[in-house]
Amino acid sequence: MTTLPYLVAGWLFLVGCYGLVTSRNLVHTVACLTVAQSATYVLLLAVGFRSGATAPVFADVPVGTRVVDPVVQALSLTDIVVSATVTAVLLALTIQIHKRHGTVDPDELRALRD
Amino acid sequence: MSLTVQALPPLLVAVPLLAATVLAASGRFLPRLIIDAASMLSCLLVLAGSVMLLVATGSQRVVSWLGGYSPVHGSSVGVVFVVDRIGAGLATLIAALVTAALTYTWRYFDEVESYFHVLILLFLAGMVGFALTGDLFDAFVFFELMGAVAYALTGYKIEEAKPLQGALNFAVINSLGAYCSLLGIGLIYGRTGELGFAQIQRALAGQRTDWLVLVGVALVFTGFLVKGAAVPLHFWLADAHAVAPSPVCVLFSGVMVELGLYGVARTWSAAFSPVLPAERLRPVLLAAGVVTAVIGSVMCLVQSHLKRLLAFSTVGHVGMFLVALGALEPAAIGGLAVYVLGHAAVKGALFLCAGVLLNARGSVDEADLHGRGRDLPVTRICFIIGGLALAALPPFGTWLGKTLAEDGLSHAGFHWAGYLFVGVSAVTGGAVLRAGLRIFFGIGTPPDTEGDTRGSEEKPETTGNVGGIPVTMLAPVVVLLAGGLTLGLLPGLATLAHDAAQQLLDPTGYAAAALDGARAVAPPAPAESWTVSGLALGLLSVLLALVVAALGLYSDRLPQLLRRAAGVATLPFHAVRTAHSGHLGDYVVWLLLGMTLLTLGVAAT
Amino acid sequence: MTHRWRLVLFVVAAPAFAVLFFLAARGLPVFGSEFHPYGDRAVEIATRQRTTANVVSSVNFDQRAIDTLGEEFILFGSVIGTIVLLRPAPEEREVGRRPAGGVLPTTRLAGYLLLPVSVLVGLYVIAHGQLSPGGGFQGGVVLATGWHLLYVAGRYAALRRAAPPTVMEIIESVGAAAFAAVGLAGLVIGGAFLVNFLPVGTFNDLISGGTVPVLNGAVGMAVAAAIVLLLSGFLEQAVVLRRSPEPRVDSSIVARSKEHR
Repeated sequence: MTTLPYLVAGWLFLVGCYGLVTSRNLVHTVACLTVAQSATYVLLLAVGFRSGATAPVFADVPVGTRVVDPVVQALSLTDIVVSATVTAVLLALTIQIHKRHGTVDPDELRALRD
Repeated sequence: MSLTVQALPPLLVAVPLLAATVLAASGRFLPRLIIDAASMLSCLLVLAGSVMLLVATGSQRVVSWLGGYSPVHGSSVGVVFVVDRIGAGLATLIAALVTAALTYTWRYFDEVESYFHVLILLFLAGMVGFALTGDLFDAFVFFELMGAVAYALTGYKIEEAKPLQGALNFAVINSLGAYCSLLGIGLIYGRTGELGFAQIQRALAGQRTDWLVLVGVALVFTGFLVKGAAVPLHFWLADAHAVAPSPVCVLFSGVMVELGLYGVARTWSAAFSPVLPAERLRPVLLAAGVVTAVIGSVMCLVQSHLKRLLAFSTVGHVGMFLVALGALEPAAIGGLAVYVLGHAAVKGALFLCAGVLLNARGSVDEADLHGRGRDLPVTRICFIIGGLALAALPPFGTWLGKTLAEDGLSHAGFHWAGYLFVGVSAVTGGAVLRAGLRIFFGIGTPPDTEGDTRGSEEKPETTGNVGGIPVTMLAPVVVLLAGGLTLGLLPGLATLAHDAAQQLLDPTGYAAAALDGARAVAPPAPAESWTVSGLALGLLSVLLALVVAALGLYSDRLPQLLRRAAGVATLPFHAVRTAHSGHLGDYVVWLLLGMTLLTLGVAAT
Repeated sequence: MTHRWRLVLFVVAAPAFAVLFFLAARGLPVFGSEFHPYGDRAVEIATRQRTTANVVSSVNFDQRAIDTLGEEFILFGSVIGTIVLLRPAPEEREVGRRPAGGVLPTTRLAGYLLLPVSVLVGLYVIAHGQLSPGGGFQGGVVLATGWHLLYVAGRYAALRRAAPPTVMEIIESVGAAAFAAVGLAGLVIGGAFLVNFLPVGTFNDLISGGTVPVLNGAVGMAVAAAIVLLLSGFLEQAVVLRRSPEPRVDSSIVARSKEHR
């Protein structure tokens, strides 16, 4: 049981990869990439958890209260912004691919076959 | 004085970032000349700062604790930039290449407004930050900064089909690699509770090597090796390099890919070496290097799309870099450092020549351009010289680096590496020479190009005929080649590079500089320079390159039997070729396989 | 590779990855452990020295502010990148906006009612980043979302008027530049890049945390403008741009046409 939260992260990553491998639509591909990335949030937050502790915000609780690790939360925040912005770039590319290739099915994109 | 030097590393990141915001806000109101001049100026400032750092790192590691969180009793909550000779040298290389790219761009795009310049400046900042940072998560942030910008730069030509697909493949695979790295960072953080390289190193000291650190380190390396284009994580490279605007390719092949390898070397040495002894990492890097070198060279040889050919030659060279790195010895890595500099100059010049061709002739396809480059006098000479330099013609920097790395490797007991290096130099240089002779001199019979990824339907990156090639497009080509030549003749370069490699491979010194304030470094000991046998090997690889080129040009005149035999012998490579399918799903599978093999590799030894 | 081969290779690689990750996860500290050396130090610094009640904000905008600077510029670069990628291609032109048809009056009412509320919430979240969960990124997104209630209410034209791309680009750039400039000010005044050089104020007060609220403000401004720009880029593709019936033969890269602004 004590490793289960970490394993969720591994599971999410693999599920995302499975989606990427089998995807037939680039919008779906981009979504799968964010699923794979959500593994990193789960792992970081799980690593920073402390049993019975509260959020690392001392507005309502006295200083000295047991709190979870604030560093991983900060990292996750950064990570989320990265995810959102990269998703935007990818979706922009997808829109243009749809215009230029006339399809968003990865199987139909043959321009770069060697 | 010491305060000024410590202020430099963050400034090298902040200056281009600020310049980018200014240009983004005011670009539409400014004439093109001002935009060019402003971005050039900020780039030159970074170059000057990097050179100052390069000088300063002769006597000390330059350590900047951002936010002023200097460590108390060896621990801190801040992020640190630790600059040694390799870091400063990389920053210098980055700034120099961006300067060349910006010069070339002066007349390259007709595009008004400043978006291209803004993206290039952000790219500059991301790469410099990655080279200087001493913190694992901060490295991830800069890695993503250069990534996000690079994807947009790759897809810059939105009216063509290929750049868009290339950019998408690049973006998805690199992002997935980066997320692997971040998973690894999470695992390492769980064990050590730290993010700084030096802090991780101290926290890992004396720990056993278990699955957690093996998988964690392998995941971190996976992200870097995707950027570093190690087989089988390399598939995105040709897709992206072949289609990105030529000045961007200069930065991709010249330094971005090499930064991936730097990431492996730096994090291994500064952070992971206590739990991952060199004996464990060495065989994996060497094996990956050999495979990458062979596949890159073979794929290079069969291309007729000029930029794709150059891209695969980069893969071949990455293989050599991995082998040199894999020795994990100062002599070989010093040679590698010189090689990277020489390669950046030469490959940069070649990519820019391809850009000139695309601009002047509207194609980068070798067959299509047969003899059509005859009347480009400067370009054709530069291209051939570039091909020879790529084949390690003495005294180019590529040759000096190659021979230093070979010597280092053979001292470490890897005598076979010399053969590999000569082979890769000959094949990649030969492929470039073949294309150059065919395009610029009309030599040989027009090749048979069915089923290739052709480069003929690409569009020029400027409108119409600019009326001859502008000098701002040719000057960077000539300067880069001259730089590549000068590198091989600089008297102190071998010593400097050896010294830099020694600093890179000194975890204790790194941690002491970051955490204890012990910044002084030992004065450089004179390193061995090139030897007569190195000179001979250089000439040999050039000779072989000419043979490869001649075989390529006149393959149709070979006896029937020989051609049939060659066809049978190269059969296995057809499978390799089919693997480069341009299909994202394939690439993701290869990434997973590569990551798994990497972990098992470091675990098995 | 065919579908089948791709799946076969995946079926080899994925379980291998799963096993390796499982072995690695078993080496992690027990879930919920007390081992958080960096986290403990960060809490200590934030509460005792920097009077930032929201420790996560202290880590993001003070202790590891360089990460957030990088993050801010990833956003900035992605927005510029998206603008570049979504610029009209040579053969595309603006066909004029399609009428907003089919918006229910209740939807319209909800949009107009929620707009001021969400703007207020956005500003509140930005201003209280040092005290409670939130800050520049979160508040900026709320602000930008609020703005787009105008679109939901069926007023694309009003949205364009209220947030013209040129102005948004300038606001985004100024916000991002302000972050870097505060960093440089720290270098000049406090001797280190991004040092927290302002008086830290009283713990748990609105004015506390030194540069943390300043940086949050800069980020809030940049993020709000950035999200508006991103969404407007995509909306333009959906609502305004069409492939023109007669493609222009000009094959050059043509910049965004002036009338398009």
